Amino acid sequence: MEGTAVLERVTWRAAKVVAVHDETATARTLALAVRDWPGQVAGQHVDVRLTAPDGYSAVRSYSISSAPSSDGRIEITVERLPNGEVSPYLTQEVMVGDELELRGPIGGWFVWRRDQTEPIQLLAGGSGIVPLMAMIRSRRSAGSSAPFRLLYSVREPEKVFYRDELRTLSNQGDSVVITYAYTRVTPNDWPRPAGRVDASLIATSTWPSTAGPTIYVCGPTSFVEHATDLLIAGGHDREKIRTERFGATGERK
Amino acid sequence: MTIISRGFSGRRSGAEAKLPPGQYLTTDFPVLSAGPTPHIPLDRWEFTIDDGSNVLKRWDWKSFRELPSETITTDLHCVTRWSKLGTSWEGVPLDVLVADVKSDLPYAMFRSYGDYTTNLPLKDVMNKQAWIAFKYDGADLEPEHGGPARLLVPHLYLWKSAKWVKGMTLMPHDKPGFWENLGYHIYGDPWKEQRYSNE
Repeated sequence: MEGTAVLERVTWRAAKVVAVHDETATARTLALAVRDWPGQVAGQHVDVRLTAPDGYSAVRSYSISSAPSSDGRIEITVERLPNGEVSPYLTQEVMVGDELELRGPIGGWFVWRRDQTEPIQLLAGGSGIVPLMAMIRSRRSAGSSAPFRLLYSVREPEKVFYRDELRTLSNQGDSVVITYAYTRVTPNDWPRPAGRVDASLIATSTWPSTAGPTIYVCGPTSFVEHATDLLIAGGHDREKIRTERFGATGERK
Repeated sequence: MTIISRGFSGRRSGAEAKLPPGQYLTTDFPVLSAGPTPHIPLDRWEFTIDDGSNVLKRWDWKSFRELPSETITTDLHCVTRWSKLGTSWEGVPLDVLVADVKSDLPYAMFRSYGDYTTNLPLKDVMNKQAWIAFKYDGADLEPEHGGPARLLVPHLYLWKSAKWVKGMTLMPHDKPGFWENLGYHIYGDPWKEQRYSNE
Protein backbone atom coordinates (compact mmCIF):
# COMPACT_ATOMS: atom_id res chain seq x y z
CA MET A 1 0.00 0.00 0.00
CA GLU A 2 1.30 3.40 -0.92
CA GLY A 3 -0.04 6.91 -0.82
CA THR A 4 -0.97 7.59 2.75
CA ALA A 5 -1.62 11.03 4.16
CA VAL A 6 -3.67 12.12 1.22
CA LEU A 7 -5.99 14.47 2.92
CA GLU A 8 -4.09 16.65 5.26
CA ARG A 9 -6.47 19.54 4.99
CA VAL A 10 -9.85 19.09 3.42
CA THR A 11 -11.31 22.46 4.15
CA TRP A 12 -13.51 24.44 1.79
CA ARG A 13 -11.61 27.09 -0.10
CA ALA A 14 -12.74 30.01 -2.19
CA ALA A 15 -11.93 29.63 -5.88
CA LYS A 16 -12.27 32.18 -8.65
CA VAL A 17 -12.85 31.24 -12.26
CA VAL A 18 -9.97 32.80 -14.17
CA ALA A 19 -10.45 31.24 -17.61
CA VAL A 20 -12.87 28.98 -19.45
CA HIS A 21 -12.22 26.95 -22.57
CA ASP A 22 -14.61 24.69 -24.45
CA GLU A 23 -13.08 21.29 -25.17
CA THR A 24 -16.07 19.98 -27.13
CA ALA A 25 -19.69 21.00 -27.68
CA THR A 26 -20.53 19.51 -24.28
CA ALA A 27 -17.36 19.83 -22.21
CA ARG A 28 -15.60 22.83 -20.77
CA THR A 29 -12.34 23.37 -18.95
CA LEU A 30 -12.39 25.85 -16.07
CA ALA A 31 -9.18 27.36 -14.74
CA LEU A 32 -9.57 28.19 -11.07
CA ALA A 33 -7.44 30.32 -8.79
CA VAL A 34 -7.75 28.71 -5.38
CA ARG A 35 -6.94 30.48 -2.16
CA ASP A 36 -4.18 28.65 -0.24
CA TRP A 37 -4.21 25.70 -2.64
CA PRO A 38 -1.91 23.04 -1.09
CA GLY A 39 -0.97 21.40 -4.41
CA GLN A 40 -1.98 18.04 -5.82
CA VAL A 41 -0.73 14.80 -7.29
CA ALA A 42 -1.75 13.85 -10.84
CA GLY A 43 -5.00 11.88 -10.84
CA GLN A 44 -6.58 13.52 -7.80
CA HIS A 45 -9.96 15.23 -7.78
CA VAL A 46 -11.73 18.03 -5.99
CA ASP A 47 -15.19 18.53 -4.55
CA VAL A 48 -16.92 21.59 -5.99
CA ARG A 49 -19.72 23.22 -3.98
CA LEU A 50 -22.29 25.56 -5.48
CA THR A 51 -24.64 27.48 -3.21
CA ALA A 52 -27.90 29.16 -4.21
CA PRO A 53 -29.00 32.48 -2.67
CA ASP A 54 -31.38 30.68 -0.30
CA GLY A 55 -28.56 28.50 1.07
CA TYR A 56 -29.33 25.34 -0.92
CA SER A 57 -26.08 23.77 -2.00
CA ALA A 58 -24.92 20.92 -4.22
CA VAL A 59 -21.52 19.23 -4.31
CA ARG A 60 -19.94 17.14 -7.05
CA SER A 61 -16.48 15.70 -7.59
CA TYR A 62 -14.36 16.58 -10.63
CA SER A 63 -10.95 15.34 -11.66
CA ILE A 64 -8.15 17.86 -11.98
CA SER A 65 -6.77 18.00 -15.54
CA SER A 66 -3.80 20.30 -15.01
CA ALA A 67 -0.31 19.42 -13.84
CA PRO A 68 0.67 20.50 -10.34
CA SER A 69 1.89 24.09 -10.34
CA SER A 70 3.00 26.51 -7.70
CA ASP A 71 0.72 29.39 -8.67
CA GLY A 72 -2.40 28.16 -6.86
CA ARG A 73 -4.23 27.45 -10.10
CA ILE A 74 -5.87 24.23 -11.11
CA GLU A 75 -7.98 23.22 -14.07
CA ILE A 76 -10.95 20.90 -14.12
CA THR A 77 -12.76 19.66 -17.22
CA VAL A 78 -16.48 19.10 -16.85
CA GLU A 79 -18.66 17.07 -19.21
CA ARG A 80 -22.27 18.24 -19.30
CA LEU A 81 -24.68 15.49 -18.26
CA PRO A 82 -28.11 15.68 -19.88
CA ASN A 83 -30.01 15.79 -16.59
CA GLY A 84 -27.22 17.09 -14.41
CA GLU A 85 -27.71 19.55 -11.59
CA VAL A 86 -24.21 20.99 -11.38
CA SER A 87 -22.55 20.21 -14.72
CA PRO A 88 -24.93 22.39 -16.82
CA TYR A 89 -24.08 25.33 -14.56
CA LEU A 90 -20.35 24.73 -14.80
CA THR A 91 -20.39 24.22 -18.58
CA GLN A 92 -22.92 26.90 -19.59
CA GLU A 93 -23.53 29.46 -16.86
CA VAL A 94 -20.24 30.09 -15.22
CA MET A 95 -18.15 33.09 -16.33
CA VAL A 96 -14.68 34.37 -15.69
CA GLY A 97 -14.72 36.19 -12.36
CA ASP A 98 -17.36 33.97 -10.76
CA GLU A 99 -16.58 32.44 -7.39
CA LEU A 100 -17.32 28.99 -6.11
CA GLU A 101 -16.00 26.76 -3.36
CA LEU A 102 -13.89 23.67 -3.56
CA ARG A 103 -11.93 21.37 -1.35
CA GLY A 104 -9.24 18.85 -1.92
CA PRO A 105 -7.17 17.46 -3.37
CA ILE A 106 -8.86 14.12 -2.74
CA GLY A 107 -7.79 10.59 -3.62
CA GLY A 108 -4.52 8.76 -3.08
CA TRP A 109 -4.96 5.61 -5.14
CA PHE A 110 -5.62 6.64 -8.73
CA VAL A 111 -2.48 8.80 -8.91
CA TRP A 112 0.78 8.95 -10.82
CA ARG A 113 3.76 10.23 -8.86
CA ARG A 114 6.81 11.74 -10.49
CA ASP A 115 9.14 9.20 -8.86
CA GLN A 116 7.46 6.38 -10.81
CA THR A 117 9.90 5.39 -13.55
CA GLU A 118 8.20 2.25 -14.90
CA PRO A 119 6.25 2.25 -18.19
CA ILE A 120 2.80 3.72 -17.84
CA GLN A 121 -0.28 2.60 -19.74
CA LEU A 122 -3.28 4.91 -19.72
CA LEU A 123 -6.70 3.84 -21.00
CA ALA A 124 -9.38 6.50 -21.27
CA GLY A 125 -13.03 6.08 -22.12
CA GLY A 126 -14.64 9.41 -23.10
CA SER A 127 -14.26 12.03 -20.40
CA GLY A 128 -12.20 9.51 -18.43
CA ILE A 129 -9.29 11.22 -20.19
CA VAL A 130 -9.33 14.05 -17.61
CA PRO A 131 -7.25 12.60 -14.74
CA LEU A 132 -5.04 10.79 -17.27
CA MET A 133 -4.30 14.11 -18.96
CA ALA A 134 -3.16 15.40 -15.59
CA MET A 135 -0.69 12.50 -15.50
CA ILE A 136 0.57 13.24 -19.03
CA ARG A 137 1.01 16.91 -18.17
CA SER A 138 2.70 16.07 -14.87
CA ARG A 139 5.12 13.79 -16.65
CA ARG A 140 6.23 16.71 -18.76
CA SER A 141 6.34 19.32 -16.02
CA ALA A 142 8.35 16.94 -13.84
CA GLY A 143 10.83 16.29 -16.64
CA SER A 144 10.08 12.58 -16.28
CA SER A 145 11.29 10.15 -18.90
CA ALA A 146 8.88 7.39 -17.91
CA PRO A 147 7.53 5.97 -21.18
CA PHE A 148 3.78 6.58 -21.45
CA ARG A 149 1.20 5.09 -23.76
CA LEU A 150 -2.38 6.29 -24.01
CA LEU A 151 -5.26 4.39 -25.56
CA TYR A 152 -8.13 6.86 -25.85
CA SER A 153 -11.54 5.41 -26.66
CA VAL A 154 -13.91 8.11 -27.80
CA ARG A 155 -17.20 8.17 -29.64
CA GLU A 156 -16.17 10.40 -32.51
CA PRO A 157 -13.38 12.84 -33.41
CA GLU A 158 -15.43 15.84 -32.25
CA LYS A 159 -15.56 14.37 -28.75
CA VAL A 160 -11.79 14.37 -28.23
CA PHE A 161 -10.66 16.58 -25.33
CA TYR A 162 -7.30 18.43 -25.45
CA ARG A 163 -7.10 17.70 -29.18
CA ASP A 164 -4.37 20.14 -30.19
CA GLU A 165 -2.20 19.41 -27.19
CA LEU A 166 -2.42 15.65 -27.75
CA ARG A 167 -1.60 16.09 -31.43
CA THR A 168 1.45 18.16 -30.55
CA LEU A 169 2.58 15.52 -28.06
CA SER A 170 2.19 12.81 -30.71
CA ASN A 171 4.25 14.77 -33.20
CA GLN A 172 7.07 15.45 -30.78
CA GLY A 173 8.01 11.81 -30.33
CA ASP A 174 8.14 12.62 -26.65
CA SER A 175 7.64 9.06 -25.40
CA VAL A 176 3.90 9.55 -25.06
CA VAL A 177 2.47 7.22 -27.68
CA ILE A 178 -1.20 7.90 -28.34
CA THR A 179 -3.72 5.61 -30.01
CA TYR A 180 -7.33 6.56 -30.64
CA ALA A 181 -10.20 4.08 -30.76
CA TYR A 182 -13.33 5.64 -32.24
CA THR A 183 -16.43 3.77 -31.18
CA ARG A 184 -19.07 5.36 -33.44
CA VAL A 185 -17.57 7.63 -36.08
CA THR A 186 -13.98 7.64 -37.35
CA PRO A 187 -12.06 10.33 -39.22
CA ASN A 188 -11.84 9.86 -42.98
CA ASP A 189 -9.40 7.18 -44.11
CA TRP A 190 -9.06 5.84 -40.58
CA PRO A 191 -7.57 2.32 -40.76
CA ARG A 192 -9.74 0.77 -38.06
CA PRO A 193 -13.52 0.63 -38.40
CA ALA A 194 -15.56 2.25 -35.63
CA GLY A 195 -15.98 -0.06 -32.68
CA ARG A 196 -15.09 -0.59 -29.08
CA VAL A 197 -11.63 -1.50 -27.90
CA ASP A 198 -10.90 -5.17 -28.55
CA ALA A 199 -8.16 -7.69 -27.83
CA SER A 200 -6.24 -7.02 -31.04
CA LEU A 201 -6.13 -3.28 -30.40
CA ILE A 202 -4.95 -3.92 -26.86
CA ALA A 203 -2.26 -6.26 -28.23
CA THR A 204 -1.00 -3.82 -30.86
CA SER A 205 -1.25 -0.49 -29.07
CA THR A 206 -0.61 -1.05 -25.36
CA TRP A 207 2.37 -2.18 -23.29
CA PRO A 208 2.72 -5.96 -23.10
CA SER A 209 2.66 -7.40 -19.59
CA THR A 210 6.36 -8.26 -19.99
CA ALA A 211 7.16 -4.51 -19.96
CA GLY A 212 5.78 -4.37 -16.42
CA PRO A 213 3.61 -1.29 -16.84
CA THR A 214 1.42 0.28 -14.21
CA ILE A 215 -1.99 0.71 -15.83
CA TYR A 216 -4.61 3.39 -15.19
CA VAL A 217 -8.11 2.90 -16.60
CA CYS A 218 -10.73 5.64 -16.32
CA GLY A 219 -14.13 5.98 -17.92
CA PRO A 220 -17.71 4.81 -17.75
CA THR A 221 -18.23 1.57 -15.85
CA SER A 222 -18.95 -0.45 -19.00
CA PHE A 223 -15.67 0.73 -20.56
CA VAL A 224 -13.61 0.05 -17.46
CA GLU A 225 -15.07 -3.44 -16.99
CA HIS A 226 -14.49 -4.32 -20.64
CA ALA A 227 -10.98 -2.88 -20.83
CA THR A 228 -9.77 -4.43 -17.58
CA ASP A 229 -11.13 -7.85 -18.60
CA LEU A 230 -9.12 -7.57 -21.85
CA LEU A 231 -5.99 -6.49 -19.99
CA ILE A 232 -6.19 -9.41 -17.57
CA ALA A 233 -6.85 -11.83 -20.45
CA GLY A 234 -3.72 -10.31 -22.01
CA GLY A 235 -1.64 -11.41 -19.06
CA HIS A 236 -1.47 -8.29 -16.89
CA ASP A 237 -1.45 -8.67 -13.11
CA ARG A 238 -4.57 -7.24 -11.55
CA GLU A 239 -2.37 -5.62 -8.91
CA LYS A 240 -0.88 -3.41 -11.62
CA ILE A 241 -4.26 -2.08 -12.77
CA ARG A 242 -5.87 0.92 -11.10
CA THR A 243 -9.34 1.99 -12.05
CA GLU A 244 -11.69 4.89 -11.70
CA ARG A 245 -15.26 4.40 -12.87
CA PHE A 246 -18.06 6.84 -13.30
CA GLY A 247 -21.66 6.62 -14.37
CA ALA A 248 -24.18 3.89 -13.84
CA THR A 249 -24.14 0.25 -14.75
CA GLY A 250 -24.96 -0.37 -18.36
CA GLU A 251 -25.16 3.33 -19.09
CA ARG A 252 -25.05 4.01 -22.79
CA LYS A 253 -23.47 7.26 -23.71
CA MET B 1 -18.11 31.90 4.96
CA THR B 2 -20.25 30.60 2.17
CA ILE B 3 -19.91 31.93 -1.32
CA ILE B 4 -23.15 32.31 -3.26
CA SER B 5 -22.76 31.05 -6.81
CA ARG B 6 -24.23 33.64 -9.15
CA GLY B 7 -27.11 32.22 -11.14
CA PHE B 8 -27.14 28.83 -9.45
CA SER B 9 -30.51 27.66 -8.21
CA GLY B 10 -30.07 23.90 -8.14
CA ARG B 11 -32.71 21.29 -8.64
CA ARG B 12 -34.57 20.22 -5.56
CA SER B 13 -36.46 16.99 -5.74
CA GLY B 14 -38.09 17.10 -2.34
CA ALA B 15 -36.32 13.85 -1.51
CA GLU B 16 -33.36 15.58 0.12
CA ALA B 17 -35.16 15.44 3.44
CA LYS B 18 -34.50 11.70 3.55
CA LEU B 19 -30.86 12.01 2.56
CA PRO B 20 -27.78 12.48 4.73
CA PRO B 21 -26.05 15.86 4.36
CA GLY B 22 -24.25 16.47 1.07
CA GLN B 23 -25.85 13.54 -0.75
CA TYR B 24 -27.94 13.58 -3.93
CA LEU B 25 -30.45 11.07 -5.15
CA THR B 26 -29.78 8.70 -8.02
CA THR B 27 -31.91 5.98 -9.52
CA ASP B 28 -28.91 4.38 -11.23
CA PHE B 29 -26.55 2.07 -9.41
CA PRO B 30 -23.06 3.51 -9.96
CA VAL B 31 -19.97 1.35 -9.50
CA LEU B 32 -16.88 2.37 -7.59
CA SER B 33 -13.92 0.03 -7.30
CA ALA B 34 -10.20 0.59 -7.05
CA GLY B 35 -9.22 -2.10 -9.53
CA PRO B 36 -10.44 -4.75 -11.94
CA THR B 37 -13.56 -6.71 -11.10
CA PRO B 38 -12.59 -10.21 -9.92
CA HIS B 39 -14.60 -13.08 -11.33
CA ILE B 40 -14.78 -15.79 -8.69
CA PRO B 41 -16.05 -19.25 -9.64
CA LEU B 42 -18.51 -20.51 -7.04
CA ASP B 43 -16.60 -23.77 -6.62
CA ARG B 44 -13.58 -21.76 -5.48
CA TRP B 45 -15.47 -19.29 -3.30
CA GLU B 46 -15.17 -19.43 0.46
CA PHE B 47 -15.81 -17.24 3.47
CA THR B 48 -13.70 -17.58 6.59
CA ILE B 49 -13.61 -16.01 10.03
CA ASP B 50 -10.25 -15.88 11.79
CA ASP B 51 -8.71 -14.17 14.80
CA GLY B 52 -5.42 -13.29 13.15
CA SER B 53 -3.81 -16.63 13.92
CA ASN B 54 -6.46 -19.34 13.63
CA VAL B 55 -9.33 -19.91 11.23
CA LEU B 56 -12.40 -20.17 13.43
CA LYS B 57 -15.08 -20.78 10.79
CA ARG B 58 -15.14 -21.67 7.12
CA TRP B 59 -17.94 -21.98 4.57
CA ASP B 60 -17.89 -22.98 0.94
CA TRP B 61 -20.61 -21.65 -1.34
CA LYS B 62 -22.91 -24.60 -0.75
CA SER B 63 -22.73 -24.52 3.04
CA PHE B 64 -22.98 -20.72 3.02
CA ARG B 65 -26.16 -20.81 0.96
CA GLU B 66 -27.69 -23.32 3.34
CA LEU B 67 -27.54 -20.74 6.13
CA PRO B 68 -30.74 -18.87 6.94
CA SER B 69 -31.02 -15.70 4.86
CA GLU B 70 -33.40 -12.79 4.78
CA THR B 71 -34.48 -10.03 2.45
CA ILE B 72 -33.45 -6.47 3.22
CA THR B 73 -34.82 -3.21 1.85
CA THR B 74 -32.50 -0.34 2.60
CA ASP B 75 -31.05 2.97 1.47
CA LEU B 76 -27.44 3.21 0.22
CA HIS B 77 -25.15 6.19 0.68
CA CYS B 78 -21.87 6.39 -1.23
CA VAL B 79 -19.09 8.73 -0.15
CA THR B 80 -18.96 9.97 -3.76
CA ARG B 81 -22.29 11.62 -2.86
CA TRP B 82 -24.94 9.55 -4.52
CA SER B 83 -27.67 7.92 -2.49
CA LYS B 84 -30.08 5.29 -3.71
CA LEU B 85 -33.26 4.64 -1.78
CA GLY B 86 -35.21 1.46 -1.21
CA THR B 87 -32.77 -1.08 -2.63
CA SER B 88 -33.66 -4.72 -2.20
CA TRP B 89 -31.21 -7.46 -1.21
CA GLU B 90 -31.05 -11.00 0.07
CA GLY B 91 -28.28 -12.07 2.42
CA VAL B 92 -27.15 -13.92 5.49
CA PRO B 93 -27.06 -11.74 8.62
CA LEU B 94 -23.63 -11.53 10.24
CA ASP B 95 -25.36 -12.56 13.47
CA VAL B 96 -25.78 -16.03 11.94
CA LEU B 97 -22.15 -16.25 10.87
CA VAL B 98 -20.61 -15.26 14.18
CA ALA B 99 -23.25 -16.93 16.37
CA ASP B 100 -20.99 -19.66 17.76
CA VAL B 101 -17.63 -17.94 17.32
CA LYS B 102 -15.85 -17.91 20.66
CA SER B 103 -14.10 -14.55 20.72
CA ASP B 104 -14.43 -11.23 22.44
CA LEU B 105 -12.29 -9.28 19.99
CA PRO B 106 -14.21 -6.04 19.34
CA TYR B 107 -13.12 -5.13 15.77
CA ALA B 108 -13.05 -6.84 12.40
CA MET B 109 -11.13 -6.39 9.17
CA PHE B 110 -13.20 -7.59 6.22
CA ARG B 111 -11.16 -9.07 3.39
CA SER B 112 -12.08 -9.37 -0.27
CA TYR B 113 -11.00 -11.16 -3.39
CA GLY B 114 -8.83 -8.60 -5.15
CA ASP B 115 -7.18 -7.68 -1.83
CA TYR B 116 -9.60 -4.97 -0.73
CA THR B 117 -10.01 -4.54 3.02
CA THR B 118 -12.23 -2.45 5.27
CA ASN B 119 -12.45 -2.21 9.05
CA LEU B 120 -15.56 -2.20 11.21
CA PRO B 121 -16.37 -2.38 14.92
CA LEU B 122 -17.98 -5.74 15.55
CA LYS B 123 -20.95 -4.05 17.20
CA ASP B 124 -21.72 -2.37 13.87
CA VAL B 125 -22.20 -5.67 12.09
CA MET B 126 -24.32 -7.32 14.81
CA ASN B 127 -28.02 -7.06 15.58
CA LYS B 128 -29.31 -7.13 12.01
CA GLN B 129 -27.10 -4.26 10.87
CA ALA B 130 -25.00 -6.17 8.34
CA TRP B 131 -25.36 -9.05 5.89
CA ILE B 132 -23.33 -11.06 3.42
CA ALA B 133 -25.59 -10.35 0.45
CA PHE B 134 -25.80 -12.56 -2.62
CA LYS B 135 -28.90 -11.28 -4.41
CA TYR B 136 -29.80 -7.78 -5.55
CA ASP B 137 -33.29 -6.97 -6.78
CA GLY B 138 -34.16 -10.67 -6.84
CA ALA B 139 -31.27 -11.73 -9.08
CA ASP B 140 -27.80 -13.13 -8.40
CA LEU B 141 -25.46 -10.29 -7.53
CA GLU B 142 -23.50 -9.14 -10.61
CA PRO B 143 -19.69 -9.26 -10.34
CA GLU B 144 -19.36 -5.51 -10.86
CA HIS B 145 -21.59 -4.93 -7.84
CA GLY B 146 -19.63 -7.39 -5.72
CA GLY B 147 -20.95 -10.82 -6.69
CA PRO B 148 -21.02 -13.59 -5.89
CA ALA B 149 -21.32 -12.07 -2.42
CA ARG B 150 -20.60 -8.76 -0.74
CA LEU B 151 -20.84 -7.28 2.69
CA LEU B 152 -23.82 -4.96 3.15
CA VAL B 153 -23.58 -2.45 6.02
CA PRO B 154 -26.08 0.16 4.91
CA HIS B 155 -25.89 2.46 7.93
CA LEU B 156 -22.32 3.42 6.94
CA TYR B 157 -20.91 4.82 3.69
CA LEU B 158 -20.92 2.19 0.99
CA TRP B 159 -17.14 1.66 0.85
CA LYS B 160 -17.63 -0.26 4.11
CA SER B 161 -19.87 -2.71 2.25
CA ALA B 162 -16.91 -4.64 0.83
CA LYS B 163 -17.52 -6.24 -2.57
CA TRP B 164 -16.30 -9.80 -3.32
CA VAL B 165 -15.94 -10.44 0.38
CA LYS B 166 -14.10 -13.58 1.40
CA GLY B 167 -13.68 -13.29 5.12
CA MET B 168 -13.28 -11.33 8.31
CA THR B 169 -10.36 -11.15 10.69
CA LEU B 170 -11.23 -10.33 14.30
CA MET B 171 -8.91 -7.77 15.90
CA PRO B 172 -8.24 -6.45 19.40
CA HIS B 173 -7.90 -2.86 18.13
CA ASP B 174 -9.32 -0.86 15.24
CA LYS B 175 -7.02 -0.60 12.24
CA PRO B 176 -7.57 1.18 8.90
CA GLY B 177 -8.42 -0.80 5.77
CA PHE B 178 -7.79 0.13 2.13
CA TRP B 179 -9.66 3.43 1.72
CA GLU B 180 -9.24 4.28 5.39
CA ASN B 181 -5.47 4.19 4.80
CA LEU B 182 -5.93 6.53 1.85
CA GLY B 183 -7.54 9.30 3.83
CA TYR B 184 -11.12 8.20 4.25
CA HIS B 185 -12.78 8.21 7.64
CA ILE B 186 -12.07 5.33 10.01
CA TYR B 187 -15.82 4.88 10.74
CA GLY B 188 -17.84 6.55 7.95
CA ASP B 189 -21.23 7.59 9.30
CA PRO B 190 -23.10 9.34 6.45
CA TRP B 191 -25.45 11.16 8.82
CA LYS B 192 -22.42 12.79 10.50
CA GLU B 193 -20.82 13.24 7.08
CA GLN B 194 -17.68 11.38 8.12
CA ARG B 195 -16.15 11.25 4.64
CA TYR B 196 -12.50 12.02 5.21
CA SER B 197 -10.08 11.29 7.99
CA ASN B 198 -10.17 14.74 9.56
CA GLU B 199 -13.96 15.00 9.77
